[in-house]
Amino acid sequence: MKKVAVIGGGVTGLEAASQLAQMGYTVTVFEKNSAAGGHVSKWDRLFPNRRHSIEVVNELKSYLNGNPAIYLSTAINKVTKKDNRFQLEAYNQVFEADAVLIATGFELFPAERKEEYGYGIYDNVITSAELEGMFKENGYPVKRNGDKPKRLAFIHCVGSRDEKVKRPYCSKVCCVTAVKQAIEVKEAIPEAEIFCLYMDLRMFGPGYEDLYKEAQQKGINFIRGRLSEASELEGSRVLIKTEDTLSSKPLKMSVDMVVLMVGMSPAQGTDELIAALGLQPNKDGFVEITDYHLNPVKTKVDGVFAAGACTGPNNITDSINAARSAAVEIHKYLNNK
Amino acid sequence: MKPEGKKRIWSEYQKDIADDKFYFVRSCIRQTFFPGSDTTFLKILREVLGKDVYENPDHTTCTGIGYHTEVVPFPTIQTVVARNFALMREKGYVNYTPSCVTSFGIYTEILETWHHFPEEKEKTRGYLKKATGREFEEPENLAHTSDVLYKFRNEIAAKAKYKLINKHTGKPLKVVDHIGCHYAKMFPSKGVGGAEYPQVLAGLVEAFGGEVIDYPERRHCCGFGFRQYFVQANRGYSISASKKKFESMEPFQPDFIITNCPGCNYFMDRWQYALGEMEGKTYGQNGEGIPVLTYEEVAGLVLGFDPWEMGMQMHQTDVEPLLRKMGVEYDPDKKYKGPNGEDLGKPMSPRFVKENA
Repeated sequence: MKKVAVIGGGVTGLEAASQLAQMGYTVTVFEKNSAAGGHVSKWDRLFPNRRHSIEVVNELKSYLNGNPAIYLSTAINKVTKKDNRFQLEAYNQVFEADAVLIATGFELFPAERKEEYGYGIYDNVITSAELEGMFKENGYPVKRNGDKPKRLAFIHCVGSRDEKVKRPYCSKVCCVTAVKQAIEVKEAIPEAEIFCLYMDLRMFGPGYEDLYKEAQQKGINFIRGRLSEASELEGSRVLIKTEDTLSSKPLKMSVDMVVLMVGMSPAQGTDELIAALGLQPNKDGFVEITDYHLNPVKTKVDGVFAAGACTGPNNITDSINAARSAAVEIHKYLNNK
Repeated sequence: MKPEGKKRIWSEYQKDIADDKFYFVRSCIRQTFFPGSDTTFLKILREVLGKDVYENPDHTTCTGIGYHTEVVPFPTIQTVVARNFALMREKGYVNYTPSCVTSFGIYTEILETWHHFPEEKEKTRGYLKKATGREFEEPENLAHTSDVLYKFRNEIAAKAKYKLINKHTGKPLKVVDHIGCHYAKMFPSKGVGGAEYPQVLAGLVEAFGGEVIDYPERRHCCGFGFRQYFVQANRGYSISASKKKFESMEPFQPDFIITNCPGCNYFMDRWQYALGEMEGKTYGQNGEGIPVLTYEEVAGLVLGFDPWEMGMQMHQTDVEPLLRKMGVEYDPDKKYKGPNGEDLGKPMSPRFVKENA
C-alpha cells in the first residue's frame, strides 16, 4: 500500500489525512506540537456562525483511528527524495513515503514587532488569540488586574498590509474575527463601549457581511484609521492615537483594553523544510505553489504538495477545500506513478 | 507596565560604541543655549574617565538645519560631511562623536545613503577632491555623545557624589527622558534602545538612581520641529507641541527633564517660561517650572561638579529646586558671577514661573 506523509496536524493536515486514508493509502501525520488541531484548537468560537471550535477539532481528530496515524511532538527536520520515494527524518527515526503533503499552517504575527503598540509592555494590550483564550476560560475578557474592561479598541491589520514589518499581504481572516470578537465582547459585557479601528473591511465570505451588520446594530463603533501609537496611562489604561480618515481628523482616546488583530505569518521551520525539498518560498515567505488557478496545491517538485495556510493566509473553509483538493491531486499522482 | 517587555526591546537595540580615542564635534547651537554642556562632556571624558578626546577647530557645521529646511542641497551636505570625516582621519582618529542629535541623524543618514547607493559616495568623493583636495574615509564608529555617556554610565555612577534621589524623601527622583527625534526615529537600530522605548537616557537615569516616567506624549516632538519654528508663521505649532508634552507629563510630577538634543533642551526650557507668561500656567511643583537638563549636566551634578561652572544659570527654567532635592552643595550667590567673580548681571524674573519657591 502506498504511503503518504502529511507534515502538520492542524485542520488541513487532519482533513487531508482522513481523505487519503479513505482512498486506501497509508497515511502518517507528523505534528510538531504535543496536540493536534493547530491554532483552531486554541480558539473559542468560529466565524461566521460562532460555532465552538472544539466541535470542528474533535471531529477532525476522530478520524485518527490508526490510519491515519499521528506522531505528536514530532518535527520533521530532514526530508530527502530518492527514486521517487521520500525519506523523512525526525529525532533519528526515518519514515518513508511515496508522496508528501506540506500542511504546516501559519504562525501568528509576533505583535511585539509593532513596538509602538506596546504589546508585551503595557498591561492591557493583548492579541486576538489571547482574547479567544479569555473567552474560553472566562467567557469574557479580563484586564490584567482581573476587572472586566468597559471600553475596548480592536486594532485591525496588525502584521498585515504593513510594509514596515515586511507583511505587505492581507491576512484575510482578521477583519471578520475582529467583528466576531467585538460582538462577543458586547454580548458578554453589554455596557462596554467598543471601537474597531480598520483600514477597510474585507468581508468576503458567506455570512461575514451579516456579522458586520449585526455588529453595527449592536453599537460597535467602526473608525477608519490605522493606529499610530499606544501609550499607557495611569491605572494601566491605554491611550491610542489614530487619524479618522473619513473625517480627516486626528483622534485620541483612552480605553481599558486594546486587542491587536494579529495576522498570519509563515510558520517557523517551514522554510528549512521546503528548502530541503528543493522548493522556494513565495515573495511573502509562504510555500510557493505552481498554479494558483488550476492546481493550487501542486509544488514544483513531483510528489510534494502543499495545502492550507502554509501557502498563504486562509480561513478554515478554504483550508478544508485545499486539503480535499490535495488528497485528489495526491491520488492522481500516485496512480500515475 | 511590564518592565521585562521594555528590557527585551532594549536588548534588541544595542550598538557598538567606541571605548576610547573620540573625535568630538560640537553642536552649532548648543553652546549658545547651554554653554557648559560640551565642556562638561570633555571634562568627564578626559578628567574623570581618562579618555583621549580630540577636538578640531577646523570642524564646521554639518549644515543639518539648512538641509532640513531645504536651503542646503543633498550633494552639498554630503560633501561637508565628507570633509569633516576627512579632517578626522587626518588627525588619526576613527571614532566620530557629534554632540548634536541633528548632526548624528545627518551622519547616520549619509552613511546609510552611501551604503545603499555607493554611487553617491563616489560622487561625493569627487566633489570633495575638487573643492578641497581632500580624501575621506568613513568613521569606524559613529556614536552620539549621549551614547558615550551611556556606555560609561556605571563608571560614572561608581564615582558619584550625589544620586538622583530626593534627599528629603529618600525616594528616586522622577525623571522625564526626552530623546531628540533625529537620534533614532529615522534609523531605530542606530540608537541605544531603538526608537519607541529608547534606553540611552533611561539607562543613565537608572544608573544614577532615578526613576524614568513613561507618560502618554513621551514620543511627541519637543516643539523644535524645524518647520514649526523656523517658519515664523508656524511658531504656534512649536509652543503647542511643547504644551501638549508638559500637560501630559504634569500629572506624573516629574522632578526634572533630561534630553539629548540641543533643540529639545532649549525649547522645553524656554517654552515653559513663554507658556507661563502667556497663560500664567506652570508645570512643576509649587508653581515652579520643571528643570530641563542636558545629559552632561545630569552626569556633572552626579559627579559633584559646580552647577554654575557648568553654566546651569543659563537655563530659563530655574534648576535650583532640583539642586535642593538632590542635596547638591552650591553657592546661590555665585549664580550670576563669572569665573573671576565678575558680575554677569541678573536676568529679569518671570512673572509666573516661580524661582526658588
